Amino acid sequence: MKRRNLLATAAMGLMLASGAFAQGMDKVKACFVYVGPIGDGGWTFQHHDGAMQVKAAYGDKVEIQYQESVPEGADAERVLTQMALGGCNIIFTTSFGYMDATNAVAAKFPNVKFEHATGFKREHPNVSTYNARFYEGRAIQGHIAGKMTKTNKIGYIASFPIPEVIMGINSYYLHAKKVNPDVQLSVVWAFTWFDPAKEADSAKALIDQGVDVIAAHTDSTAPLAEAAKVEGVIGFGQASDMAAYKDGPRVTSIIDNWGPYYVKRVGALLDGTYEQIDAWEGIAGGEVLIGEITDKVPADVKAEAEAMRDAIAAGTYHPFTGPINKQDGSPWLAEGQTAPDGDLLGMNFYVEGITGEIPK
Amino acid sequence: MLRLEKRPTPSRFWLYATPPVAVILTMIAGGILFAAMGKNPFEVIRTIFWDPVFGEFAFYLRGQLLVKAGPLILIAIGLALGFRAGIWNIGAEGQYIMGAIIGASVGLAVFPTENRLIFPVMVIAGAFGGWAWAMIPAILKTRFNTNEILVSLMLVYVAQTILAKASTGFLKNPEGMGFPGSRNFSSYPAAQNAELIAGTGLHWGGVAALVTAVLAWILLTRHQAGFQIRLAGQAPRAARFHGVSPARLVVLCMGISGALAGMAGLFEVTGPAGQISIDFNTGYGFTAIIVAFLGRLNPLGIVLAGFLMALTYVGGEMAATNLGLPAAAIQVFQGMLLFFLLAVDVLTNYRFRLAVGAH
Amino acid sequence: MDFGGINPVILIATLMASAVPILLAALGETVVERAGVLNLGVEGMMIIGALGGFVVAVQTGSPVLGFLGGAVAGAALSLIFALLTQVFLANQVATGLALTLFGLGVSSLGGQGYNGIKPPPTGPLLPDALADLPVVGPILFGHDWVVYFSILMTAVLWWVLKATRVGLIIRAVGESHEAAHALGYKVNRIRLACIAFGGAMAGMGGAYVSLARVPQWVDGITAGAGWIALAIVVFASWKPWRVLIGAYLFGGITVLQLNLQVAGSAIPVEYLSMAPYLITILVLVIMSAGRKGKASGAPASLGQNFHASR
Repeated sequence: MKRRNLLATAAMGLMLASGAFAQGMDKVKACFVYVGPIGDGGWTFQHHDGAMQVKAAYGDKVEIQYQESVPEGADAERVLTQMALGGCNIIFTTSFGYMDATNAVAAKFPNVKFEHATGFKREHPNVSTYNARFYEGRAIQGHIAGKMTKTNKIGYIASFPIPEVIMGINSYYLHAKKVNPDVQLSVVWAFTWFDPAKEADSAKALIDQGVDVIAAHTDSTAPLAEAAKVEGVIGFGQASDMAAYKDGPRVTSIIDNWGPYYVKRVGALLDGTYEQIDAWEGIAGGEVLIGEITDKVPADVKAEAEAMRDAIAAGTYHPFTGPINKQDGSPWLAEGQTAPDGDLLGMNFYVEGITGEIPK
Repeated sequence: MLRLEKRPTPSRFWLYATPPVAVILTMIAGGILFAAMGKNPFEVIRTIFWDPVFGEFAFYLRGQLLVKAGPLILIAIGLALGFRAGIWNIGAEGQYIMGAIIGASVGLAVFPTENRLIFPVMVIAGAFGGWAWAMIPAILKTRFNTNEILVSLMLVYVAQTILAKASTGFLKNPEGMGFPGSRNFSSYPAAQNAELIAGTGLHWGGVAALVTAVLAWILLTRHQAGFQIRLAGQAPRAARFHGVSPARLVVLCMGISGALAGMAGLFEVTGPAGQISIDFNTGYGFTAIIVAFLGRLNPLGIVLAGFLMALTYVGGEMAATNLGLPAAAIQVFQGMLLFFLLAVDVLTNYRFRLAVGAH
Repeated sequence: MDFGGINPVILIATLMASAVPILLAALGETVVERAGVLNLGVEGMMIIGALGGFVVAVQTGSPVLGFLGGAVAGAALSLIFALLTQVFLANQVATGLALTLFGLGVSSLGGQGYNGIKPPPTGPLLPDALADLPVVGPILFGHDWVVYFSILMTAVLWWVLKATRVGLIIRAVGESHEAAHALGYKVNRIRLACIAFGGAMAGMGGAYVSLARVPQWVDGITAGAGWIALAIVVFASWKPWRVLIGAYLFGGITVLQLNLQVAGSAIPVEYLSMAPYLITILVLVIMSAGRKGKASGAPASLGQNFHASR
């Protein structure tokens, strides 16, 4: 046998060993690739929490494997291949940067299921993608921000200028503006997902210039800790609940709750109903949780925020409902029109009213 | 009391014996660490050192060792030349990034043209990118006597900012729905650095690394420039007396190391990494510094050191996935290995003597 | 007195606090390098200090003990470097890099279980009445004790290195270890002490990140501050007051960059992000260019190991 055939043969062997999928499986080995350490307290922590929910749901019928701090690129491809060779039945790759590696490895292992978070490429039938509609949570934060700000200046600590982040900024601003026409938004681009000191400095810069409501799209609790130092400044938990700041500046939070999706997908594999999908669930699917709104928020605002949450969950309200113009004044959504998912996933413009430019 | 005594000549025995001794010491110390974490130490050590080379999936992982070792070796050899001459380029990471960006830009500029010349031109552009980035500290050093350690290190951060801009801006994939990252070279055959023999992990970067090692060895042992480099490092004043121009040496060594780092970046981005993305660089430029020293600044030693480092990465990943070890434990283990390798090296040039009486 | 929405008084007060970690670490490294040792493991020592400080502060409830704990943790890690380079004569550049790798790993392992906890607060030292004074209040009186400590240490180190016998010995060891040895000084022991001091300072700097700057523990919390501290030492040509200036300049540009963004400056963000590094290079060039031919104040034996052959 020639060397070049070895990999394919190994894959074939696994295929035979694991049996046909359509009939379900007795035991599933579910594997997770994390971009950071579990101890990051944010993004990776929440994915690992989801993995633990799978374990809790299925007990002995599922085996969990994971690898922390996998760099995006060549290393990811190797880790994925090792996992596939090692007998994983389903592999969740939990960062956008794993997109091409996931599809490349999926091509070599047609009987292993691959699930890529936040991406859009499904080049093979065994690749599914999943994401969460975090912008729904941003709408609620924006509403609270618009109502709560006394200086009419609200802030947003942004990571990188990608659609995911821009979508959040727009949703946050639109809903603040709706309840407070005088509101002004300042965006700070930190160009990092995770650098607590820089996040703290960003928050401080916002506070020093009169901003009193801070939302963050970076992963640490540093902005909240900074907000805690100044009376009257509030913020939001990001990725995890950040409950430690409940008696301080944190008035609510967006919690990434991947557990329901993971449990559903592994369950589908167990009972043989697994299919390729492109999942983009939000508050309705339980993937985006709105953390408890604290008493710092007046009861009427809290009630409105909760009503908005419930309307979004029920599907009666879409955070991007026209009329909405782009920053340059050109129309984007007409009266009553809701944003198509394609527009959101490729969003590269601010909505009308936001000052400043998206870094290009 | 034990005392160190300098050997009249370096010990050949210990030159070869120290690396295995260090590995064994690491296995013992690491084994204790793993046992303390409630893992079977023998299983962990076997997973790290044995399985990637001889285990069940070695047919795949052996090739991956080469993928991982290639860029480390390529960069480390360039750095070693400079280190031998006392020129401290610690910004190879930046040169690696710039090589990748410039090289990839050339390829993406002519997308989707298919021409056999595209990839070679990209390699040259990559080498040029790294070279040019290294010339900044080199010229500041020769013109203004500015410290090259600091400048080359600062330029790493600048390169990272440019990288962020490249992947979210000027090199962004126009069909990527606005997501950051360039086109993937796996869908552009003319510019792709594909595996040369399927399943082996061997790509042009690996070839370049091994060829460069041999060339560097010849340069150092057989060539006038190599003699000058060694002399400048060992006896700077004698070197000047011999007509070695320090400025020319700085430009030469920084240039070579920059060009090699740039090439490594280009090979990586067109091959294993596949695309320019915000953090496609994974610290090869810094790890290569350690590899250069582990290899005793000797090209052939560097090849071995590169493979050893690659083994701890690949094996460490396996241990982390299969045995549930935290990634940090592997980092600690790697740190230990480096400490032991660096520590036992003393035996090559010194021996321990029992000191009698006062000294 | 705002400039485009930025209040310079608040800006200065902010940068003084945000520069503390790099200032402390850079001061420590200055002493180490003055003694002729190049320890590139500052990042590793800082993060160990960040964890050590956090753990001690949480366990004892005392932030002051926490800072002490951070210093001890940083010094302990630096002793590995000292052992390797001073006893086993290993290469300092490689050992320093390995120390960073090791420190990051150990801190991540040791920090499990400390995520999401709030440490006891480190508040302003002086009464609010003073801090509320216009202009001078926030800049001079509004800080916590570590900010004053870092400035005090700058002065102390300046005095020690310049005017005391200890400083003379340290400098002698760094300039020519052969000569210092001939004069009867124990070169390696002196260097060992300096390395431990550098570790303690880096550890305290790290503790400031986890106890005051951010305050929390997360993996990788120092996020590269140690590398910047190393840069500042060279930038300052190994002089304590210039280290202070360098740290403030660096901290200042980062803070200013973020403030300009908030103020809606039209300068593209990426160029602002690059600015601290480019300006550092520029200042370095200007300084070294004015000093024709002479090395920019570097200790002559920097990075070389010493072994007494007799």
